[in-house]
Amino acid sequence: MAELVFVGLGLGPGSLPHGALDAIKACDMIFLERYTAPVPDDEISRLSKLTGRAIEELDRTAVEKGDAIIDVAKKGRAALLVPGDPMAATTHLSLRMRAAAESISVRIIHASSVFSAIPGILGLQHYKFGRTITVPFHREGFAPTSPYESLVKNTEAGQHTLALLDIDAEKGRYMTSREGIEALMTMEKKVGGDLLARGALCCIVARAGHGDCAIRAGPVQEMLRFDAGEPPHSLVFPAALHFLEAEALVAFAGAPKEILKGK
Amino acid sequence: MGRKEDNIKRAQALMTKPQQIRNIGTAAHIDHGKTTFSDNLIAGAGMMSEDLAGKQLMLDYDEQEQARGITINAANASMVHMYKGREYLVNLIDTPGHVDFGGDVTRAMRAIDGVFILSCAVEGVMPQTETVIRQAIREKVRPILFINKVDRLINELKVTPEQMQQRLAGIITEVNAKILKLLPDDLKAKWALNVEAGTVAFGSAYHNWAISVPYMKRSGITFKDIYEYCAKGDQKTLAKRAPIHEVILDIVIEHMPNPLDAQKLRVPQIWKGDLESPAGKGMITCDPNGPVAMMVTKIIVDPHAGEVAIGRLFSGKVARGMDLAISGMPNRNRVQQVALAVGADRISVEEIDAGNIVAIVGLKDAIAGSTVSSDQAMEPFEKMVHYSEPVVTVAIEAKHMKDLPKLVEVLRTVAKADPSIQVEINQETGEHLMSGMGELHLEITQYRIIHEHGVEIKASQPIVVYRERVEQKGGPFEGKSPNKHNKFYFEAVPLEDAIVKAILEGEIQSGGKIKDAKALAKKLQELGMDRDEAKGVVVIQDTNMLIDTTKGIQYLHETMELVVDSFKEAMNKGPLADEKCMGMKMLIIDAKLHEDSIHRGPAQIIPAVRLSIYGSMCQGKRALMEPKQKVFINCPQDLMGDAMREMQQRRAVIEDIQQEGENANILCKAPVAEMFGFASAIRSATQGRALWSTENAGFEKLPKELSMKVVAEIRTRKGLKPEPYDEAYYSA
Repeated sequence: MAELVFVGLGLGPGSLPHGALDAIKACDMIFLERYTAPVPDDEISRLSKLTGRAIEELDRTAVEKGDAIIDVAKKGRAALLVPGDPMAATTHLSLRMRAAAESISVRIIHASSVFSAIPGILGLQHYKFGRTITVPFHREGFAPTSPYESLVKNTEAGQHTLALLDIDAEKGRYMTSREGIEALMTMEKKVGGDLLARGALCCIVARAGHGDCAIRAGPVQEMLRFDAGEPPHSLVFPAALHFLEAEALVAFAGAPKEILKGK
Repeated sequence: MGRKEDNIKRAQALMTKPQQIRNIGTAAHIDHGKTTFSDNLIAGAGMMSEDLAGKQLMLDYDEQEQARGITINAANASMVHMYKGREYLVNLIDTPGHVDFGGDVTRAMRAIDGVFILSCAVEGVMPQTETVIRQAIREKVRPILFINKVDRLINELKVTPEQMQQRLAGIITEVNAKILKLLPDDLKAKWALNVEAGTVAFGSAYHNWAISVPYMKRSGITFKDIYEYCAKGDQKTLAKRAPIHEVILDIVIEHMPNPLDAQKLRVPQIWKGDLESPAGKGMITCDPNGPVAMMVTKIIVDPHAGEVAIGRLFSGKVARGMDLAISGMPNRNRVQQVALAVGADRISVEEIDAGNIVAIVGLKDAIAGSTVSSDQAMEPFEKMVHYSEPVVTVAIEAKHMKDLPKLVEVLRTVAKADPSIQVEINQETGEHLMSGMGELHLEITQYRIIHEHGVEIKASQPIVVYRERVEQKGGPFEGKSPNKHNKFYFEAVPLEDAIVKAILEGEIQSGGKIKDAKALAKKLQELGMDRDEAKGVVVIQDTNMLIDTTKGIQYLHETMELVVDSFKEAMNKGPLADEKCMGMKMLIIDAKLHEDSIHRGPAQIIPAVRLSIYGSMCQGKRALMEPKQKVFINCPQDLMGDAMREMQQRRAVIEDIQQEGENANILCKAPVAEMFGFASAIRSATQGRALWSTENAGFEKLPKELSMKVVAEIRTRKGLKPEPYDEAYYSA
C-alpha cells in the first residue's frame, strides 16, 4: 500500500467534504499546509479531534522538498490537507508528479475553491474570466508589473480578472484589499497605463466561504477607501458586464446604479 | 622656524591664483627615493630645516613609517617657489612605493596634475615603474622623469663618464617608450620626454642635487663637472651649484600643468557628468564661484581632530560652516575646519578655492573616493581603479569582550581611511575578517588598531585569499526553483583573458550600473567577445560577467533583478570552497518562468539561479586559484645561492637572473601562501645583505594535488563538510 491523498479543506471552517473524513482516518500520517491560504488554529484542533489523529503542519520549504510526505506515502498512506481545492494551487502538481514517478498512487479529494466561489458570490459568470493574477508584496529586488499587464489584456479581451492577494506566511501577513489596489496602481504608474486611473470597476470579496463573508463593488478609487475587515481578501475587476451580472453587482455588492445603463 | 611661518602666509596668498598653483606628486618603485626627494624639495622651499631633510624623512611622519624606513601613507605638503620673478604654490603628495600600499598611489593620482616618475639609476626601470606610468596617464596626469641615485653609478658601479651618459640615455629611452605606448595620440607630441626641453632630470635626492639640460646650459655645469664632483666626494658643492629644489621646482613650474589647463584636460576623463551643467562648467574652468566639487582621495585619522578628509577641490570654494553633500549619503555634513596640508601639520584657513588640495574636518560620512559637492544631485566622479585585489586575510577579535563595540567602530574607521582594507564579519563565527594587500599591510594596520586606536586585539595567522574559476565551458545546466515551476539554464565559461585584464586595469568598469551599453559592447568585441554576448551584458561584478543571451523570454525582464542578486551571491561564494569567483562569464542560455509572478518570487528564483550557476561550474571543471607575487631580489653574487635556496623552498619559479657588477638580480614568481615570514627568512639567509621587493602578480591555478588539500582545509575552517558538492547535488 503506497498512497498519497490530497485533501481539500474547502474555503471556510466546516467546509471539509463529508467523504474526506474517512479517507483521512485511514492514513498513517496527516500533513497540512497553510501557506497558500489561512487555516485557523482551532480548525486544526477540531480536525484533529474529528479524526482522532495528530496533524503535522509543514512549511513551504518542507512541502516543496516533499521528502517527509513521500517517505510516509512510500511505506503506507499519507494525507496532505490543503486549504481550498488541492489542485487549484498549482504548487502541488510537482508533488503529485513525484509520487507518480515513485509508483505511489494518488487520490484527490476536491473541495470548494475561490476560483468558483468568488464569481458565484458576486453573481459573475465563471466562464467570462480571463487569466487569474496574483498581486505580490514588494520584496527586495522583486517588483513585477506583469500582474497589471495581464489585467489590462484581460479587460481588453472583455474578460473579468480575479486578483488573488499575496500571503507572507512566515510573518503571518495577508495583503488587504487596499494594499492590493495600491500595488496595482503603482504598477500602472510604472508602465504608464490608465485603466485604474480612469476609475475602473472593482469588487472586493472578503472571507469568501466564511460565515461573515463581505462583498463590495464600485470605482477603484472608492474601493481603495473601503475597509474590508479581517483577511483573506480578493479583488475582481469585471470587464464588459452581461445585464444580469450588472444587476447582481448592484443588488448584492452595492455597485452604483450607473453600471446598469446601456445593458 | 620664522621662515616656515612666512611661507605659510605666502602660500595662503597664492591659493586664489590658479595660474600660480601646481599640484604634483611622486611615484616610483619602492626604495627609489621618493620620500627623500620630496623632503628635500620641502626643505629647500623653507618648510623644514635643510640639515634635517633627507635624514628626518619629514613626510614619513607616521611612527611606523619612520621605524620601517618606508612610506605607508600618501603624505601631503605645500610649498612656495619663486620662478622668473613670480611666486608659485606647489602642493606635493608623496606616495608609498611598497606594493602593499598600491591603492594609495591610485587615489593620490586623482588629486594631482603632474607626477615625477622616479627611477633608480642603478636598478633601472622596474615593473612597478610601468604600473605608475599607466596610472598617471589614465588620470591624464603628466609624467616627468627623475633619475635618482646617479652618484651610486659613479661611486659604486664605477662607470666611466661615457658609460654614465649611455646608461642615463638608456633609462630615458625605455621610460619614454612606455609613456608613448600609453599616451593618447593628441598628447604624444606634447608629453613625450624631451631632454633638451628639460622634462627629464637626474641627480641624487639624498645628496640634494639635481640637474636638467636647460639648467646645465644656464649654469654652465657640464656632465664632466658632475662626474668629477661625485668621484671626488664633493657633492656638497654640487648641491650648492645645482640645488635639487631649484632645479626640480623650476621644472614643475615650467612643465607641469596649472589647475586651469589641467582641469580642462582631466575633467572629461575623470567625471562622466554633463560638461555643460553648472558643476561641469565649474570644474572645466576651475571656477571658485561654481558649485563645490571635490574628490576625497584620502582620510587620515588625527588624534585630536578625528577624521580628516583630504582631496582635490575641482570647483567652488570651501569655507568653514558650509553644509556639503557626500555622494551616496542621505545627509549633508558640516565643514568644521578647512586647512592646507603641510606634512604633519595642518594650517587652518578660512576658505580655499578650486584648484587646490584641501584638508577638511567634519565630513564624517566621506570615505576615500567620495564625491563632495554643494549640489546633492551631482554626478559622482569616476571610480578610482585599484590595480590589486586583497590577497591576505586575518581574523581579528577584541582581547577583552568589553572592547567589542569599540573594535567594530575602529574597523569601520580603518576601512574608511584605507579602501584597500576590506572588513567582513563571518556570520557563523562572529569574527571580523580583515583583508589587505599583503602581510606587511595587515601588520601595519593591526599595529594601528592597537596603538593609535587603543584597542587590544588578537589576530589569527594570516591566511591567503583564494579565488574560484572554471577551466573550460560547462553547461547548459538546468537549475530548478524549489516549487519546480521555474527553470534556468546557465553556461559557465572562463571570461576572455584580455577582458579580465581590461577590467583589472579599469578600462572596463566593474560594479554599479552599466552606463553606456553600446560603448561597452564595442569594447568587448574589440577584446574578442562574440557580438551577441557582448550586447547582452547585464552586470559586471569584480571580474565576473552576467550575460543574457536569450531573446523574447516572457517575464524574464521583471525577474532579472533577482537573477542579478543570485549571480552576485554565487560569485561571492563559489561552489568549491565558498571563496570569491574570478574571471567568470555566466551566460543565461534559457529560462522557463511561471506566468503568475507569485510563483517566481525571490524564494524561488534565487535558488534556481544558484543551482544552475553552481551546476554549470561543476561541469566546467572547477579550479582553485591562488595569488602569486613577483619577487625581485638584489644581492651580492656570493649570496645568490642562499637566496635561490630560500626561494626554491617556497614553490617559486625563477624567471630571470641578471648579473651586474658585484651584484645579482633575481626575478621569480612565488605563491603568496608560501611567502609568509619571508622578510626574516631572507634576512637570515643573506645576513641582511639582500634587497628585495615584491609585486602582486594576479591569481593562478593551484596544482591539482594541492588544490584538493587546500579546498578541504578552507571548507573545514569555514565549518563546511570537507568535500565540495558535485553536479548531481545541484540537479536534485
